[in-house]
Amino acid sequence: MSTLLTLTGFTYHHFGPIDLQLGAGGSTGLHGESGAGKSLLLRAIADLDEHGGKLTLDNQDCSDVPPNQWRQHIAYFASESFWWADTVGEHFTASNAHDLNTLGFDNDVLNWRVHRLSSGERQRLALLRGLQTQPQVLLLDEPSANLDSVNRDRVEKLVATYLNSHGATALWVSHDRDQLARCCQQTRQLHQGRFIT
Amino acid sequence: MNVVPLSPVDLSLAALLVVLLALMSRSLKLGIAATLLIAASRATVQLLLLGLVLRTLFDGLHPAWMILMSIIMLGVAGYEVLARQQHRFRGTWGFGMGTLSMFVSSFSIALIALTTMIQVEPWYTPQYLIPLLGMLLGNTMNGIAISLDRLTHGVATQYREIEAQLALGHRWHHAITTLRRDSLRSGLIPIINAMTTAGIVSLPGMMTGQILGGSPPMEAAKYQILILFLIAAGSGFGSVTAVWLASRRLFDDRERLRLDRIGINP
Repeated sequence: MSTLLTLTGFTYHHFGPIDLQLGAGGSTGLHGESGAGKSLLLRAIADLDEHGGKLTLDNQDCSDVPPNQWRQHIAYFASESFWWADTVGEHFTASNAHDLNTLGFDNDVLNWRVHRLSSGERQRLALLRGLQTQPQVLLLDEPSANLDSVNRDRVEKLVATYLNSHGATALWVSHDRDQLARCCQQTRQLHQGRFIT
Repeated sequence: MNVVPLSPVDLSLAALLVVLLALMSRSLKLGIAATLLIAASRATVQLLLLGLVLRTLFDGLHPAWMILMSIIMLGVAGYEVLARQQHRFRGTWGFGMGTLSMFVSSFSIALIALTTMIQVEPWYTPQYLIPLLGMLLGNTMNGIAISLDRLTHGVATQYREIEAQLALGHRWHHAITTLRRDSLRSGLIPIINAMTTAGIVSLPGMMTGQILGGSPPMEAAKYQILILFLIAAGSGFGSVTAVWLASRRLFDDRERLRLDRIGINP
């Protein structure tokens, strides 16, 4: 398993320093109590917040990559998704019909109005929205928190398929330990901004 | 024809109306009676002082005094833009952005008007420079204050949508485009409304003043048209400058949205 993303002495907000390596094709689970710094860690890796220490993707330092490209390679999926236009389709450049079907939508969903989506629909569509740039690293913050078991399985399967076919990796935050056991090859526990396992 | 002089008694009668309004707003519990009276007192003191200053300026014609006067006007306008923001930029940027934008638009447009359109000799003749600059600054100030307030208020309420776009790899200027357009539009609406109703509903202040002062109505009308155009250009270009500077300042060099710069901790 070759290493894609490396954090060395990584600090963010008043948290850290932490070390972490994410390899291609697999997922790393992340859990810890509320306020342990899980979401902030994901935001910092996506370079949406300031951070210190070393952060590299494919041996390229974060500061050497233009910020928008960095975020295209490293996609951050917030636990709550936000939409800036009226219709779903306006948030998509290429409609990946196959993926839409995989998550239980028909192609008509692109004409739907965002404010009529349920929270579960938003969450699934946000996943597809973020995969459009074909990121190498997925930072998933509770990606199936609002989903029933059928759709949760669909999301897990879609992520696994994506990681395999693109040689990508995921850092997966979840309170559901069974899910992390199912989806991740390794699991880390965060406590006050440090790994304790 | 000369203006009929106003006596202190005339002004006191008008002031009585404002006092009545203050009493009414107090009985209606609007909470602005004090503010209203302070504003009215400020206007009285400031305008009487301006009258004194202008009388001195009109006598001796040293350009240095004109420059000093212009800088004071600009500084106060810059402070006023800042004071009208709900979410203010921290540090010198807060004052600097509005002031710089007004300087760029109002000063250059006043200069262009004095040298190419009105062609008064010398261009710093205070009878022309000070009123022209005052009207330009006053209106540009409104436009810039409205645009900036709209922008920062929009960012404060829609930061999650903006960050969602950044997280998807959009550039900062792409993520703020809609807000930028909305802010500029709001800044331009007052002057568009003023031009739309000019002469039909409202008789603008400058034209009124000239007519009261005995100018031929046609000359007054032409001056008013000139001023409206200058104001439109001034508030338009000023707002564009201010909104551009402000929206750039909302993001850092890694294109992160920096709400802390307008004093918000998300």
